[in-house]
Amino acid sequence: MQYALLLYESLEDLASREGEGSSAYWDAWFAFSQSLVDAGVSRGGNCLQVPETSTTVRPSLSDGRVQDGPYADSKEQLGGLMIIDVPDLDTALDWAAKVPIGSGAVEVRPIFNPEVGACPVKDAESNAKV
Amino acid sequence: MSTRSAIDVVARRAYGKLLASLAVRTRDIASAEDALSEAFLAALTQWSEDSVPNNPEAWLLTVARNNAVDAVRRRDARHQASEELVRMVAVADCDQQDLPDERFALLFACAHPAMDEVVRTPLILQCVLGFDADTISNAFIVNPKTMSQRLVRAKRKLRDSGVQFTLPEPEQLSERLGFVLESIYAAFSLNWDASKSSSGTRSERSDFAEESVALARLTARKFPGQAEAHGLLALILFLHSRRDARRDHAARFIPFSEQLPAAWDMDMVEEAEASLRRTADFQEPSRYSLEAAIQSAHVAGRLKGETDWRRIIGLYDVLLAIAGSVGAAVSRAAAVGELNGPQAGLEALDAATESLSETQRARYQPAWAVRAHLLSELQQRDEARDAYLRAAALSNDPSVKAWLEEKAHAL
Repeated sequence: MQYALLLYESLEDLASREGEGSSAYWDAWFAFSQSLVDAGVSRGGNCLQVPETSTTVRPSLSDGRVQDGPYADSKEQLGGLMIIDVPDLDTALDWAAKVPIGSGAVEVRPIFNPEVGACPVKDAESNAKV
Repeated sequence: MSTRSAIDVVARRAYGKLLASLAVRTRDIASAEDALSEAFLAALTQWSEDSVPNNPEAWLLTVARNNAVDAVRRRDARHQASEELVRMVAVADCDQQDLPDERFALLFACAHPAMDEVVRTPLILQCVLGFDADTISNAFIVNPKTMSQRLVRAKRKLRDSGVQFTLPEPEQLSERLGFVLESIYAAFSLNWDASKSSSGTRSERSDFAEESVALARLTARKFPGQAEAHGLLALILFLHSRRDARRDHAARFIPFSEQLPAAWDMDMVEEAEASLRRTADFQEPSRYSLEAAIQSAHVAGRLKGETDWRRIIGLYDVLLAIAGSVGAAVSRAAAVGELNGPQAGLEALDAATESLSETQRARYQPAWAVRAHLLSELQQRDEARDAYLRAAALSNDPSVKAWLEEKAHAL
Protein backbone atom coordinates (compact mmCIF):
# COMPACT_ATOMS: atom_id res chain seq x y z
CA MET A 1 0.00 0.00 0.00
CA GLN A 2 1.23 3.45 -0.81
CA TYR A 3 1.33 6.14 1.83
CA ALA A 4 2.21 9.81 1.71
CA LEU A 5 4.35 11.07 4.58
CA LEU A 6 3.43 14.75 4.82
CA LEU A 7 6.22 16.55 6.60
CA TYR A 8 5.17 19.44 8.83
CA GLU A 9 8.11 21.34 10.19
CA SER A 10 8.35 24.00 12.85
CA LEU A 11 9.33 27.47 11.66
CA GLU A 12 12.61 27.16 13.63
CA ASP A 13 13.51 23.93 11.87
CA LEU A 14 12.64 25.43 8.49
CA ALA A 15 14.86 28.40 9.31
CA SER A 16 17.76 26.07 10.03
CA ARG A 17 17.94 25.12 6.35
CA GLU A 18 20.37 27.99 6.00
CA GLY A 19 23.19 29.30 8.14
CA GLU A 20 24.51 27.60 11.25
CA GLY A 21 23.30 24.08 11.79
CA SER A 22 22.18 23.75 8.18
CA SER A 23 24.57 20.92 7.39
CA ALA A 24 23.19 18.94 10.33
CA TYR A 25 19.68 19.57 9.00
CA TRP A 26 20.38 18.45 5.44
CA ASP A 27 22.54 15.50 6.52
CA ALA A 28 19.69 14.15 8.59
CA TRP A 29 17.22 14.44 5.71
CA PHE A 30 19.54 12.92 3.12
CA ALA A 31 20.29 10.06 5.47
CA PHE A 32 16.63 9.37 6.05
CA SER A 33 15.71 9.55 2.36
CA GLN A 34 18.52 7.17 1.60
CA SER A 35 17.30 4.75 4.23
CA LEU A 36 13.93 4.60 2.46
CA VAL A 37 15.66 3.90 -0.84
CA ASP A 38 17.90 1.25 0.74
CA ALA A 39 14.85 -0.46 2.23
CA GLY A 40 13.20 -0.49 -1.18
CA VAL A 41 10.13 1.35 0.06
CA SER A 42 10.65 4.76 -1.51
CA ARG A 43 8.35 5.75 -4.36
CA GLY A 44 9.37 9.38 -4.61
CA GLY A 45 8.76 12.64 -2.89
CA ASN A 46 10.04 16.15 -2.78
CA CYS A 47 11.46 18.71 -0.47
CA LEU A 48 9.50 21.93 -0.87
CA GLN A 49 10.94 25.40 -0.69
CA VAL A 50 10.17 27.40 2.43
CA PRO A 51 6.53 28.50 3.00
CA GLU A 52 7.30 32.15 2.31
CA THR A 53 7.77 31.23 -1.33
CA SER A 54 4.22 29.93 -1.58
CA THR A 55 1.21 31.50 -3.24
CA THR A 56 -2.28 30.22 -2.50
CA VAL A 57 -5.15 30.31 -4.98
CA ARG A 58 -8.87 30.00 -4.16
CA PRO A 59 -10.65 29.62 -7.51
CA SER A 60 -14.09 29.57 -5.92
CA LEU A 61 -13.80 33.15 -4.73
CA SER A 62 -15.25 35.69 -7.10
CA ASP A 63 -11.99 37.50 -7.70
CA GLY A 64 -10.18 34.15 -8.18
CA ARG A 65 -8.26 35.11 -5.08
CA VAL A 66 -4.51 34.84 -5.29
CA GLN A 67 -2.83 35.30 -1.95
CA ASP A 68 0.78 35.52 -0.95
CA GLY A 69 1.91 32.78 1.40
CA PRO A 70 1.02 29.20 2.36
CA TYR A 71 -2.44 27.70 2.84
CA ALA A 72 -2.56 27.99 6.61
CA ASP A 73 -1.02 30.52 8.92
CA SER A 74 0.20 28.01 11.46
CA LYS A 75 3.23 27.31 13.61
CA GLU A 76 4.11 24.27 11.56
CA GLN A 77 4.26 24.26 7.81
CA LEU A 78 4.44 21.68 5.05
CA GLY A 79 8.10 21.26 4.25
CA GLY A 80 7.95 18.31 1.91
CA LEU A 81 6.43 14.92 1.24
CA MET A 82 7.64 11.39 0.73
CA ILE A 83 5.80 8.47 -0.86
CA ILE A 84 6.46 5.00 0.47
CA ASP A 85 5.13 1.57 -0.41
CA VAL A 86 4.78 -0.74 2.59
CA PRO A 87 2.48 -3.64 3.53
CA ASP A 88 0.42 -1.94 6.24
CA LEU A 89 -0.16 1.10 8.41
CA ASP A 90 2.03 -0.09 11.27
CA THR A 91 5.03 -0.28 8.96
CA ALA A 92 4.28 3.20 7.64
CA LEU A 93 4.02 4.48 11.21
CA ASP A 94 7.37 2.90 12.07
CA TRP A 95 8.99 4.80 9.20
CA ALA A 96 7.19 8.01 10.20
CA ALA A 97 8.66 7.69 13.69
CA LYS A 98 12.15 7.76 12.20
CA VAL A 99 11.66 10.97 10.20
CA PRO A 100 14.04 13.72 11.43
CA ILE A 101 11.11 16.10 11.82
CA GLY A 102 12.45 17.91 14.90
CA SER A 103 9.55 19.23 16.94
CA GLY A 104 7.16 18.98 14.00
CA ALA A 105 4.81 16.23 12.86
CA VAL A 106 4.47 13.65 10.11
CA GLU A 107 1.02 13.02 8.73
CA VAL A 108 0.62 9.51 7.32
CA ARG A 109 -2.13 9.25 4.76
CA PRO A 110 -2.91 6.36 2.40
CA ILE A 111 -2.77 7.19 -1.30
CA PHE A 112 -5.98 6.70 -3.18
CA ASN A 113 -5.58 4.11 -5.89
CA PRO A 114 -8.31 4.39 -8.54
CA GLU A 115 -7.53 0.86 -9.75
CA VAL A 116 -8.37 -0.68 -6.44
CA GLY A 117 -11.06 1.71 -5.31
CA ALA A 118 -11.57 2.19 -1.62
CA CYS A 119 -10.98 -1.39 -0.65
CA PRO A 120 -7.31 -2.38 -0.49
CA VAL A 121 -6.50 -5.94 -1.45
CA LYS A 122 -4.45 -7.98 0.90
CA ASP A 123 -2.57 -11.00 -0.24
CA ALA A 124 -4.53 -13.93 1.14
CA GLU A 125 -1.28 -15.66 2.06
CA SER A 126 -0.17 -12.84 4.30
CA ASN A 127 -3.35 -13.09 6.25
CA ALA A 128 -4.01 -13.63 9.90
CA LYS A 129 -1.64 -15.37 12.22
CA VAL A 130 -4.63 -15.40 14.50
CA MET B 1 -37.35 -23.37 21.07
CA SER B 2 -38.87 -20.94 18.61
CA THR B 3 -36.92 -19.84 15.56
CA ARG B 4 -36.67 -16.34 16.98
CA SER B 5 -35.18 -17.58 20.25
CA ALA B 6 -32.78 -19.90 18.46
CA ILE B 7 -31.57 -16.97 16.40
CA ASP B 8 -31.24 -14.76 19.48
CA VAL B 9 -29.15 -17.41 21.20
CA VAL B 10 -26.81 -17.73 18.24
CA ALA B 11 -26.60 -13.97 17.88
CA ARG B 12 -25.61 -13.54 21.50
CA ARG B 13 -23.04 -16.28 21.40
CA ALA B 14 -21.56 -15.90 17.97
CA TYR B 15 -22.14 -12.44 16.49
CA GLY B 16 -18.63 -11.23 17.24
CA LYS B 17 -17.03 -14.43 15.97
CA LEU B 18 -19.03 -14.39 12.75
CA LEU B 19 -18.37 -10.71 12.10
CA ALA B 20 -14.68 -11.20 12.74
CA SER B 21 -14.55 -14.12 10.31
CA LEU B 22 -16.08 -11.97 7.62
CA ALA B 23 -14.20 -8.76 8.34
CA VAL B 24 -10.62 -9.72 9.05
CA ARG B 25 -9.68 -10.45 5.46
CA THR B 26 -11.36 -7.53 3.74
CA ARG B 27 -10.96 -5.09 6.64
CA ASP B 28 -14.40 -3.86 5.63
CA ILE B 29 -16.46 -4.09 8.79
CA ALA B 30 -19.44 -2.16 7.48
CA SER B 31 -19.92 -4.51 4.51
CA ALA B 32 -19.45 -7.51 6.78
CA GLU B 33 -22.15 -6.16 9.11
CA ASP B 34 -24.52 -5.79 6.17
CA ALA B 35 -23.78 -9.28 4.90
CA LEU B 36 -24.28 -10.75 8.36
CA SER B 37 -27.53 -8.97 9.09
CA GLU B 38 -28.89 -10.18 5.74
CA ALA B 39 -27.92 -13.68 6.79
CA PHE B 40 -29.77 -13.32 10.07
CA LEU B 41 -32.81 -12.12 8.16
CA ALA B 42 -32.57 -15.13 5.88
CA ALA B 43 -32.40 -17.36 8.94
CA LEU B 44 -35.60 -15.80 10.22
CA THR B 45 -37.48 -16.80 7.09
CA GLN B 46 -35.74 -20.05 6.24
CA TRP B 47 -35.31 -21.71 9.60
CA SER B 48 -38.42 -23.15 11.09
CA GLU B 49 -39.30 -24.83 14.33
CA ASP B 50 -38.32 -28.22 13.00
CA SER B 51 -35.28 -27.36 11.05
CA VAL B 52 -32.81 -25.15 12.82
CA PRO B 53 -29.55 -26.24 11.18
CA ASN B 54 -27.24 -28.59 13.08
CA ASN B 55 -24.50 -26.04 12.92
CA PRO B 56 -26.32 -22.71 12.86
CA GLU B 57 -23.10 -20.69 13.02
CA ALA B 58 -21.65 -22.36 9.94
CA TRP B 59 -24.96 -21.86 8.12
CA LEU B 60 -24.96 -18.15 8.91
CA LEU B 61 -21.33 -17.78 7.95
CA THR B 62 -21.86 -19.47 4.58
CA VAL B 63 -24.86 -17.30 3.76
CA ALA B 64 -23.10 -14.15 4.94
CA ARG B 65 -20.04 -14.99 2.85
CA ASN B 66 -22.19 -15.46 -0.23
CA ASN B 67 -23.88 -12.13 0.47
CA ALA B 68 -20.49 -10.47 0.79
CA VAL B 69 -19.27 -11.96 -2.47
CA ASP B 70 -22.39 -10.78 -4.31
CA ALA B 71 -21.97 -7.32 -2.85
CA VAL B 72 -18.37 -7.11 -3.99
CA ARG B 73 -19.29 -8.20 -7.50
CA ARG B 74 -22.09 -5.63 -7.72
CA ARG B 75 -19.95 -2.82 -6.35
CA ASP B 76 -16.65 -3.39 -8.08
CA ALA B 77 -17.57 -5.09 -11.32
CA ARG B 78 -15.03 -3.13 -13.30
CA HIS B 79 -12.10 -3.68 -11.03
CA GLN B 80 -9.69 -6.52 -11.45
CA ALA B 81 -9.19 -6.35 -7.73
CA SER B 82 -12.69 -7.63 -7.16
CA GLU B 83 -11.80 -11.14 -8.25
CA GLU B 84 -9.05 -11.19 -5.65
CA LEU B 85 -11.54 -10.01 -3.10
CA VAL B 86 -14.10 -12.59 -4.10
CA ARG B 87 -11.54 -15.33 -3.75
CA MET B 88 -10.52 -14.14 -0.29
CA VAL B 89 -14.03 -13.76 0.96
CA ALA B 90 -15.17 -17.12 -0.36
CA VAL B 91 -12.22 -19.07 0.93
CA ALA B 92 -12.50 -21.13 4.08
CA ASP B 93 -14.08 -24.34 4.95
CA CYS B 94 -17.63 -23.63 5.87
CA ASP B 95 -18.17 -27.16 7.00
CA GLN B 96 -15.74 -26.97 9.86
CA GLN B 97 -17.25 -27.67 13.20
CA ASP B 98 -15.48 -25.12 15.26
CA LEU B 99 -15.23 -21.68 13.76
CA PRO B 100 -11.76 -20.26 14.29
CA ASP B 101 -11.83 -17.37 16.68
CA GLU B 102 -10.68 -14.33 14.77
CA ARG B 103 -12.18 -11.94 17.28
CA PHE B 104 -8.76 -11.06 18.62
CA ALA B 105 -7.69 -9.79 15.22
CA LEU B 106 -10.76 -7.59 15.19
CA LEU B 107 -10.14 -6.51 18.78
CA PHE B 108 -6.59 -5.40 18.08
CA ALA B 109 -7.71 -3.52 14.99
CA CYS B 110 -10.46 -1.68 16.88
CA ALA B 111 -8.04 -0.75 19.67
CA HIS B 112 -5.19 0.21 17.35
CA PRO B 113 -3.43 3.41 18.47
CA ALA B 114 -4.26 4.98 15.10
CA MET B 115 -7.94 4.84 16.01
CA ASP B 116 -9.51 7.81 17.73
CA GLU B 117 -9.50 7.19 21.50
CA VAL B 118 -13.15 7.98 21.96
CA VAL B 119 -14.26 5.46 19.38
CA ARG B 120 -12.26 2.38 20.41
CA THR B 121 -14.56 1.18 23.15
CA PRO B 122 -17.80 1.84 21.25
CA LEU B 123 -16.34 0.01 18.27
CA ILE B 124 -15.45 -3.00 20.41
CA LEU B 125 -18.87 -3.00 22.01
CA GLN B 126 -20.51 -3.02 18.60
CA CYS B 127 -18.24 -5.24 16.53
CA VAL B 128 -16.79 -7.69 19.01
CA LEU B 129 -19.53 -7.86 21.63
CA GLY B 130 -22.47 -7.34 19.31
CA PHE B 131 -24.30 -4.52 21.09
CA ASP B 132 -26.51 -2.26 19.02
CA ALA B 133 -25.68 1.38 18.35
CA ASP B 134 -28.55 2.82 20.41
CA THR B 135 -27.59 0.90 23.53
CA ILE B 136 -24.03 2.06 23.09
CA SER B 137 -24.87 5.73 22.62
CA ASN B 138 -27.08 5.65 25.73
CA ALA B 139 -24.26 4.14 27.73
CA PHE B 140 -21.85 6.88 26.68
CA ILE B 141 -24.51 9.55 27.04
CA VAL B 142 -23.83 10.63 23.48
CA ASN B 143 -26.36 11.65 20.87
CA PRO B 144 -27.08 8.52 18.76
CA LYS B 145 -26.46 10.43 15.54
CA THR B 146 -23.04 11.56 16.78
CA MET B 147 -22.14 8.05 17.89
CA SER B 148 -23.29 6.63 14.60
CA GLN B 149 -21.14 9.10 12.65
CA ARG B 150 -18.11 8.27 14.78
CA LEU B 151 -18.60 4.56 14.17
CA VAL B 152 -19.03 5.03 10.42
CA ARG B 153 -15.88 7.13 10.26
CA ALA B 154 -13.95 4.63 12.34
CA LYS B 155 -14.93 1.68 10.17
CA ARG B 156 -14.00 3.63 7.08
CA LYS B 157 -10.60 4.33 8.56
CA LEU B 158 -10.11 0.67 9.38
CA ARG B 159 -11.04 -0.25 5.83
CA ASP B 160 -8.87 2.29 4.07
CA SER B 161 -5.86 3.05 6.22
CA GLY B 162 -4.14 -0.30 6.17
CA VAL B 163 -4.48 -1.13 9.85
CA GLN B 164 -3.69 -4.81 10.04
CA PHE B 165 -6.29 -7.23 11.35
CA THR B 166 -3.84 -9.58 12.99
CA LEU B 167 -2.26 -10.24 16.33
CA PRO B 168 0.63 -7.83 16.93
CA GLU B 169 4.24 -8.87 16.63
CA PRO B 170 5.72 -10.10 19.93
CA GLU B 171 7.68 -6.86 20.47
CA GLN B 172 4.50 -4.86 20.21
CA LEU B 173 2.13 -7.20 21.96
CA SER B 174 2.42 -5.74 25.41
CA GLU B 175 1.81 -2.19 24.26
CA ARG B 176 -1.06 -3.08 21.93
CA LEU B 177 -2.65 -5.33 24.48
CA GLY B 178 -2.63 -2.32 26.79
CA PHE B 179 -5.05 -0.53 24.47
CA VAL B 180 -7.26 -3.60 24.24
CA LEU B 181 -7.36 -4.03 28.02
CA GLU B 182 -8.11 -0.34 28.47
CA SER B 183 -11.12 -0.72 26.20
CA ILE B 184 -12.34 -3.84 27.97
CA TYR B 185 -12.07 -2.01 31.30
CA ALA B 186 -13.91 0.98 29.88
CA ALA B 187 -16.68 -1.28 28.61
CA PHE B 188 -16.91 -2.94 32.03
CA SER B 189 -17.03 0.41 33.82
CA LEU B 190 -19.91 1.59 31.67
CA ASN B 191 -22.16 -0.54 33.73
CA TRP B 192 -20.71 0.54 37.03
CA ASP B 193 -23.92 2.03 38.26
CA ALA B 194 -26.51 0.52 36.00
CA SER B 195 -29.34 2.37 37.64
CA LYS B 196 -28.49 5.67 36.08
CA SER B 197 -29.63 5.34 32.48
CA SER B 198 -33.18 6.26 31.64
CA SER B 199 -33.31 4.15 28.51
CA GLY B 200 -31.61 0.82 27.95
CA THR B 201 -33.09 -1.76 30.26
CA ARG B 202 -31.19 -2.93 33.30
CA SER B 203 -30.48 -6.32 31.83
CA GLU B 204 -28.92 -4.78 28.72
CA ARG B 205 -26.63 -2.62 30.81
CA SER B 206 -25.56 -5.37 33.14
CA ASP B 207 -24.68 -7.39 30.07
CA PHE B 208 -21.87 -4.95 29.32
CA ALA B 209 -20.24 -6.09 32.54
CA GLU B 210 -20.92 -9.78 31.89
CA GLU B 211 -19.55 -9.55 28.36
CA SER B 212 -16.51 -7.59 29.53
CA VAL B 213 -15.77 -10.23 32.15
CA ALA B 214 -16.08 -12.95 29.51
CA LEU B 215 -13.77 -11.08 27.16
CA ALA B 216 -11.27 -10.44 29.96
CA ARG B 217 -11.24 -14.18 30.74
CA LEU B 218 -10.67 -15.03 27.08
CA THR B 219 -7.87 -12.48 26.86
CA ALA B 220 -6.06 -13.83 29.91
CA ARG B 221 -6.34 -17.32 28.47
CA LYS B 222 -5.10 -16.23 25.06
CA PHE B 223 -2.15 -14.25 26.42
CA PRO B 224 -1.02 -16.13 29.51
CA GLY B 225 2.41 -14.50 29.28
CA GLN B 226 1.03 -11.01 29.77
CA ALA B 227 0.84 -9.86 33.36
CA GLU B 228 -1.67 -7.12 32.68
CA ALA B 229 -4.14 -9.54 31.10
CA HIS B 230 -4.27 -11.42 34.41
CA GLY B 231 -4.20 -8.15 36.33
CA LEU B 232 -7.19 -6.73 34.50
CA LEU B 233 -9.13 -9.97 34.87
CA ALA B 234 -8.44 -10.04 38.59
CA LEU B 235 -9.48 -6.40 38.98
CA ILE B 236 -12.69 -6.82 37.02
CA LEU B 237 -13.59 -10.00 38.87
CA PHE B 238 -13.10 -8.33 42.26
CA LEU B 239 -15.33 -5.45 41.20
CA HIS B 240 -17.97 -7.67 39.62
CA SER B 241 -18.09 -10.01 42.60
CA ARG B 242 -19.78 -7.23 44.53
CA ARG B 243 -22.44 -6.48 41.92
CA ASP B 244 -25.30 -7.59 44.15
CA ALA B 245 -23.94 -5.98 47.28
CA ARG B 246 -23.88 -2.34 46.23
CA ARG B 247 -27.57 -1.65 46.58
CA ASP B 248 -30.04 -2.85 49.12
CA HIS B 249 -33.56 -4.06 48.34
CA ALA B 250 -34.74 -0.44 48.29
CA ALA B 251 -32.01 0.54 45.82
CA ARG B 252 -30.11 2.46 48.47
CA PHE B 253 -26.37 2.76 48.06
CA ILE B 254 -24.19 0.60 50.30
CA PRO B 255 -20.55 1.62 50.54
CA PHE B 256 -17.90 -1.08 50.60
CA SER B 257 -17.30 -0.76 54.31
CA GLU B 258 -20.93 -1.57 55.03
CA GLN B 259 -21.48 -4.32 52.47
CA LEU B 260 -22.26 -7.83 53.63
CA PRO B 261 -19.68 -10.29 52.31
CA ALA B 262 -22.56 -12.77 52.18
CA ALA B 263 -23.85 -10.71 49.25
CA TRP B 264 -20.56 -11.07 47.40
CA ASP B 265 -19.99 -13.71 44.74
CA MET B 266 -17.31 -15.63 46.61
CA ASP B 267 -16.60 -17.99 43.70
CA MET B 268 -15.74 -14.93 41.69
CA VAL B 269 -13.57 -13.59 44.51
CA GLU B 270 -11.68 -16.92 44.47
CA GLU B 271 -11.24 -16.64 40.72
CA ALA B 272 -9.98 -13.07 41.17
CA GLU B 273 -7.45 -14.18 43.78
CA ALA B 274 -6.25 -16.92 41.45
CA SER B 275 -5.72 -14.41 38.65
CA LEU B 276 -3.94 -12.12 41.05
CA ARG B 277 -1.61 -14.94 42.04
CA ARG B 278 -0.74 -15.39 38.35
CA THR B 279 0.49 -11.79 38.24
CA ALA B 280 2.94 -12.54 41.03
CA ASP B 281 4.83 -14.72 38.53
CA PHE B 282 5.91 -11.59 36.70
CA GLN B 283 8.76 -9.43 37.87
CA GLU B 284 7.49 -5.96 37.22
CA PRO B 285 4.43 -4.59 38.97
CA SER B 286 1.86 -3.28 36.55
CA ARG B 287 -1.12 -0.98 36.81
CA TYR B 288 -4.04 -3.40 36.78
CA SER B 289 -2.18 -5.94 38.89
CA LEU B 290 -1.61 -3.30 41.54
CA GLU B 291 -5.22 -2.18 41.47
CA ALA B 292 -6.28 -5.79 41.84
CA ALA B 293 -3.86 -6.26 44.75
CA ILE B 294 -5.43 -3.25 46.44
CA GLN B 295 -8.87 -4.77 45.94
CA SER B 296 -7.62 -8.00 47.42
CA ALA B 297 -6.28 -6.21 50.49
CA HIS B 298 -9.63 -4.48 51.01
CA VAL B 299 -11.49 -7.77 50.64
CA ALA B 300 -9.17 -9.52 53.09
CA GLY B 301 -9.62 -6.64 55.52
CA ARG B 302 -13.38 -6.89 55.36
CA LEU B 303 -13.36 -10.62 55.82
CA LYS B 304 -10.89 -10.56 58.71
CA GLY B 305 -12.40 -7.53 60.36
CA GLU B 306 -9.14 -5.63 60.23
CA THR B 307 -7.68 -3.88 57.20
CA ASP B 308 -3.93 -3.63 56.55
CA TRP B 309 -3.92 0.06 55.60
CA ARG B 310 -0.14 0.24 55.60
CA ARG B 311 -0.02 -2.41 52.90
CA ILE B 312 -2.69 -0.63 50.90
CA ILE B 313 -0.84 2.68 51.09
CA GLY B 314 2.34 0.88 49.98
CA LEU B 315 0.53 -0.54 46.97
CA TYR B 316 -0.81 2.89 46.07
CA ASP B 317 2.71 4.30 46.30
CA VAL B 318 3.93 1.81 43.71
CA LEU B 319 0.85 2.38 41.57
CA LEU B 320 1.30 6.16 41.62
CA ALA B 321 4.92 5.77 40.64
CA ILE B 322 4.08 3.84 37.48
CA ALA B 323 0.64 5.18 36.59
CA GLY B 324 -0.12 8.35 38.47
CA SER B 325 -3.70 9.49 38.57
CA VAL B 326 -5.62 11.88 40.75
CA GLY B 327 -8.18 9.18 41.47
CA ALA B 328 -5.55 6.81 42.83
CA ALA B 329 -3.95 9.60 44.86
CA VAL B 330 -7.31 10.50 46.40
CA SER B 331 -7.98 6.87 47.30
CA ARG B 332 -4.54 6.72 48.83
CA ALA B 333 -5.35 9.80 50.89
CA ALA B 334 -8.41 8.04 52.28
CA ALA B 335 -6.19 5.12 53.29
CA VAL B 336 -3.72 7.53 54.93
CA GLY B 337 -6.65 8.94 56.89
CA GLU B 338 -7.45 5.46 58.15
CA LEU B 339 -3.88 4.68 59.16
CA ASN B 340 -2.58 8.03 60.43
CA GLY B 341 -5.71 9.89 61.36
CA PRO B 342 -7.96 12.36 59.55
CA GLN B 343 -5.58 15.32 59.74
CA ALA B 344 -2.88 13.37 57.90
CA GLY B 345 -5.58 12.24 55.48
CA LEU B 346 -6.53 15.83 54.70
CA GLU B 347 -2.93 16.75 54.03
CA ALA B 348 -2.57 13.80 51.69
CA LEU B 349 -5.83 14.80 50.02
CA ASP B 350 -4.61 18.33 49.38
CA ALA B 351 -1.41 16.96 47.87
CA ALA B 352 -3.45 14.56 45.74
CA THR B 353 -5.50 17.31 44.10
CA GLU B 354 -2.64 19.81 43.80
CA SER B 355 -2.26 19.21 40.08
CA LEU B 356 -5.89 20.09 39.35
CA SER B 357 -6.99 23.56 38.34
CA GLU B 358 -9.42 25.46 40.58
CA THR B 359 -12.31 24.52 38.34
CA GLN B 360 -11.32 20.86 38.18
CA ARG B 361 -10.90 20.67 41.93
CA ALA B 362 -14.33 22.20 42.42
CA ARG B 363 -15.89 19.50 40.24
CA TYR B 364 -13.96 16.40 41.30
CA GLN B 365 -16.55 14.40 43.23
CA PRO B 366 -14.37 11.68 44.83
CA ALA B 367 -12.15 14.27 46.54
CA TRP B 368 -15.20 15.99 48.05
CA ALA B 369 -16.55 12.70 49.35
CA VAL B 370 -13.26 11.78 51.00
CA ARG B 371 -12.85 15.31 52.37
CA ALA B 372 -16.31 15.19 53.86
CA HIS B 373 -15.57 11.93 55.65
CA LEU B 374 -12.24 13.18 57.02
CA LEU B 375 -13.74 16.46 58.20
CA SER B 376 -16.53 14.66 60.01
CA GLU B 377 -13.91 12.47 61.73
CA LEU B 378 -12.30 15.70 62.91
CA GLN B 379 -15.68 16.86 64.25
CA GLN B 380 -15.59 19.86 61.92
CA ARG B 381 -19.31 19.54 61.40
CA ASP B 382 -20.09 22.60 59.33
CA GLU B 383 -17.28 22.03 56.87
CA ALA B 384 -18.09 18.33 56.69
CA ARG B 385 -21.74 19.03 55.92
CA ASP B 386 -20.74 21.47 53.22
CA ALA B 387 -18.36 18.92 51.68
CA TYR B 388 -20.98 16.15 51.75
CA LEU B 389 -23.45 18.42 49.99
CA ARG B 390 -20.89 19.38 47.38
CA ALA B 391 -20.07 15.73 46.78
CA ALA B 392 -23.78 14.95 46.50
CA ALA B 393 -24.35 17.74 44.01
CA LEU B 394 -21.56 16.33 41.84
CA SER B 395 -22.85 12.75 41.94
CA ASN B 396 -24.51 11.35 38.82
CA ASP B 397 -25.96 8.35 40.56
CA PRO B 398 -29.17 9.13 42.47
CA SER B 399 -28.60 6.54 45.18
CA VAL B 400 -25.06 7.75 45.88
CA LYS B 401 -26.38 11.30 45.94
CA ALA B 402 -29.06 10.35 48.42
CA TRP B 403 -26.57 8.58 50.67
CA LEU B 404 -24.26 11.61 50.73
CA GLU B 405 -27.13 13.97 51.46
CA GLU B 406 -28.20 11.76 54.34
CA LYS B 407 -24.69 11.92 55.76
CA ALA B 408 -24.80 15.70 55.48
CA HIS B 409 -28.08 15.98 57.34
CA ALA B 410 -27.00 13.53 60.03
CA LEU B 411 -24.29 15.92 61.16
